[in-house]
Amino acid sequence: MKQAIDFAREAFFAPAGLTEHNMEQVFSHLLNKDTTLADLYFQSARYESWGLEEGIIKSGSYSIEQGVGVRSVCGEQTGFAYSGEISLPALLESAKAASAISRAGQSGSVNAWKVTAPSRHLYGMDDPLDSLSETDKIGFLQQIDSIARATSPYVQQVMASMVAVHEIILIMDESGRMTADVRPLVRANVSVIVQRKGETESATAGGGGRFNLDFFLNGDKAREYAEDAVRKALINLDASAAPAGSMTVVLGNGWPGVLLHEAIGHGLEGDFNRKGTSAFAGRIGEQVAAKGITVVDDGTLEMRRGSLSVDDEGTETQCTTLIEDGILKGYMFDRQNAALMGTNSTGNGRRQSYAHLPMPRMTNTYMRAGGHAAEEIIASVDKGIYAANFSGGQVDITSGKFVFSASEAYMIENGKLGRPIKNATLIGNGPDVLTRVSMIGNDLQLDTGIGVCGKDGQSVPVGVGQPTLRIDGLTVGGTATA
Amino acid sequence: MIELEKRFDIATEFQAMAERMLEAAKARGATAAEVDIDKSTGLSVEVRMGTVDKLQYHRDQGINLTVYFGHRKGFASTGDFSSQALEDTLDAACRIARYTSEDEFNGLADPERMATEFPKLDLYHPWELDAEMAIEMALQAESVAREHDSRITNSEGAGVDSHAGLSLYANSHDFMGIRHSTRHSLSCAVVAQEGDSMQRDYWYTVSRVPGHLESADTVGAEAAQRAVRRLNARSLSTREAPVLFVPQLARGLVGHLVGAISGSAQYRKASFLLDSIGQKVFPEFVHLREDPYIRQGLGSRSYDSEGVATQVRDIVKEGVIQGYFLGSYSARKLGMPTTGNASGSSNLLLADTGVSFVDLIQQMGTGLMVTELIGHGINSITGDYSRGASGYWVENGMITHPVEEVTIAGNLRDMYQGIVGIADDVDERGSIRTGSILINKMTIAGQ
Repeated sequence: MKQAIDFAREAFFAPAGLTEHNMEQVFSHLLNKDTTLADLYFQSARYESWGLEEGIIKSGSYSIEQGVGVRSVCGEQTGFAYSGEISLPALLESAKAASAISRAGQSGSVNAWKVTAPSRHLYGMDDPLDSLSETDKIGFLQQIDSIARATSPYVQQVMASMVAVHEIILIMDESGRMTADVRPLVRANVSVIVQRKGETESATAGGGGRFNLDFFLNGDKAREYAEDAVRKALINLDASAAPAGSMTVVLGNGWPGVLLHEAIGHGLEGDFNRKGTSAFAGRIGEQVAAKGITVVDDGTLEMRRGSLSVDDEGTETQCTTLIEDGILKGYMFDRQNAALMGTNSTGNGRRQSYAHLPMPRMTNTYMRAGGHAAEEIIASVDKGIYAANFSGGQVDITSGKFVFSASEAYMIENGKLGRPIKNATLIGNGPDVLTRVSMIGNDLQLDTGIGVCGKDGQSVPVGVGQPTLRIDGLTVGGTATA
Repeated sequence: MIELEKRFDIATEFQAMAERMLEAAKARGATAAEVDIDKSTGLSVEVRMGTVDKLQYHRDQGINLTVYFGHRKGFASTGDFSSQALEDTLDAACRIARYTSEDEFNGLADPERMATEFPKLDLYHPWELDAEMAIEMALQAESVAREHDSRITNSEGAGVDSHAGLSLYANSHDFMGIRHSTRHSLSCAVVAQEGDSMQRDYWYTVSRVPGHLESADTVGAEAAQRAVRRLNARSLSTREAPVLFVPQLARGLVGHLVGAISGSAQYRKASFLLDSIGQKVFPEFVHLREDPYIRQGLGSRSYDSEGVATQVRDIVKEGVIQGYFLGSYSARKLGMPTTGNASGSSNLLLADTGVSFVDLIQQMGTGLMVTELIGHGINSITGDYSRGASGYWVENGMITHPVEEVTIAGNLRDMYQGIVGIADDVDERGSIRTGSILINKMTIAGQ
């Protein structure tokens, strides 16, 4: 069977007539006596997307991105250059530029390459762009449009899109390790606008992962996404002003796990902790969450959007325990920050593309299940809100303050779900929000595969998840002060 | 030195490449086509805690191609400029166009709207900068910041960036435009600590002209002051109060307006300011002007991404919306002429109300001065607004304490009507130029 490394050789070496021996030459320019880490990151990515709006296929696009990033690390210092052209002269020039980070003369070499492959592959190598015919791709979008319009007469606009990406990467590092990965990624999204008596609202739904496009057809995802988007938009039409102030908040399972991503995930990335700029720095072993709470970052889940067989430094991904039974256990590391903190990479070294430097990034971050039924949790609240869905969030890692915005929420009164309320932002303090969790649901769920995380101008696909949670005292940013 | 070496040779080469691609599209049966070719080069250095952290050399290039077969459209792009890649890109765009739908509003902008005059906008100012100079400048900014106050205990670093680029746009109306531009910046971010309170803040300067950047000393000192003054911030009790947006954030309020009166939001009926031309959305002292021709401006351009000539015009006059931001597609959908905004707004200038920042704080009396917003809690369809905020509580015109972990909420329509003053402390570090904006009332949620 054709291995990832064969795809990589075909994509990067064959067209330019490059050999592994040439790469030894590149490394001889890149390495010196101060070098602690050096790598070449070859990437070839093909993207295709289709967009429907007003019932017609309005847009389609295809693009190819390829190039090589060259990195030389000396302790805390990093030199980096990249080229969209994959050729020996371009590689040598980039190596020279990247190695300028150190004044030490060239020294060291890689004399033999050893191909390493991850112990398990979490996704297939097929090209998702070719996994459906164009007619089927377009048919799927048209199906979303007709289902959404049939679901409610108030639907005014339906925008649907389908994106497929096929990526081949090759990492060659200073130890002579040569690792390749072939990564599929697909996503479908629907956004609807509903109008009733002059009131307008919108909502979105979607999903995806590291598999082929037939996932959407086989699972009748057109219906699921279209109906979900229309349902949420109609609920928002009925919504009244959200309350303002601190109150008990019940968070739904699945995508609301964006709480964990913002409130604690970013703060546990190795770079911020190595530099001491995170509100969580130096707090390993301390209680940062209520007993019973365990949070992990797990890059090893099959076919999930945030999963990787190997990270962008060639390290096999793992399931890293961040918080165990309320106690802070560990950070997420890339190679550089791990080395500086005297530990090993956790397989969280990720980058947006060959033109960006790797950093510690999350994969799939979720909280393990507890013992309560969701209904029981809602029934326990006299007065508060239930936030079933969110649109996204942001964090200030130094002060620890984070926000996330509800896109579907209801009042809870006397243990019962009441009127829907308008979109409101929730704000809290990362290091203590999880200490206020008083009930953990038994209904852990991961999101549908829609997450994009931004850090330092770089975007990567991620996953989140959690069971239903009750948090006592979170500030809700509505407008109704009474 | 960060310059696009041989940029005139590159321009000549790109012209030939664009002509070949437009010809080849025609040969494949396309009735119209347009192509963008971009190339840029840059240097970024980051220092942290007195030593170099990152040294990065950037070199990017890309081609975007759109083909039309009658009213059907296909798009493809590539970063590879080899002739094989260009052929593949042409084939891909044509393949895409076989499957997209007929859309009578598709097509190039009308030929008579193509820009014919190209006034000098003075956007290209390469910097005599090498890695060592850049490192020295960043180190200076960081060291000034760290020495500014004993409570500055840590640093996220300081950085210098310099980029030079060339961008060509051509279409089958025989329009061809070439732009050369540069952009340079210096930034610094430090962490202040006192007891359990830890706060980060930053400052930056950006310009097309290296000599117009603020000094490393200024950037470092400003970053330090901003981090220190946030220490010991606390939440507020939930209340209604006036809110003052400092210029960096006031820019966002103008940005939400641009989104709401953009052509795509209007034709999709996805705007809280639907059909708002002629509506008095702001008080009558509010005037917003678009001027694409400011020399050295960060948003300056003489033609948009369809080759259409840009224009100086009023967007808001005496509080009343005068026009939308339209490209040819949304213009046709709305039955209006394009405004030369296919690539969004150019430079926008919000007139002040003849008051300084200090005057505006006095005018507010008691309320919240917001200096940072987090989250994306803006519903562009309803105008509902709810975001995490930090800043300072002001009583009787005097700052009493820093504030964090609150949200500010309202509806953009009410917020726009509720503007009571705009100061003259204009922030020129972006294409939207505005001073501080004071809004009479918002809901602040806290503990």
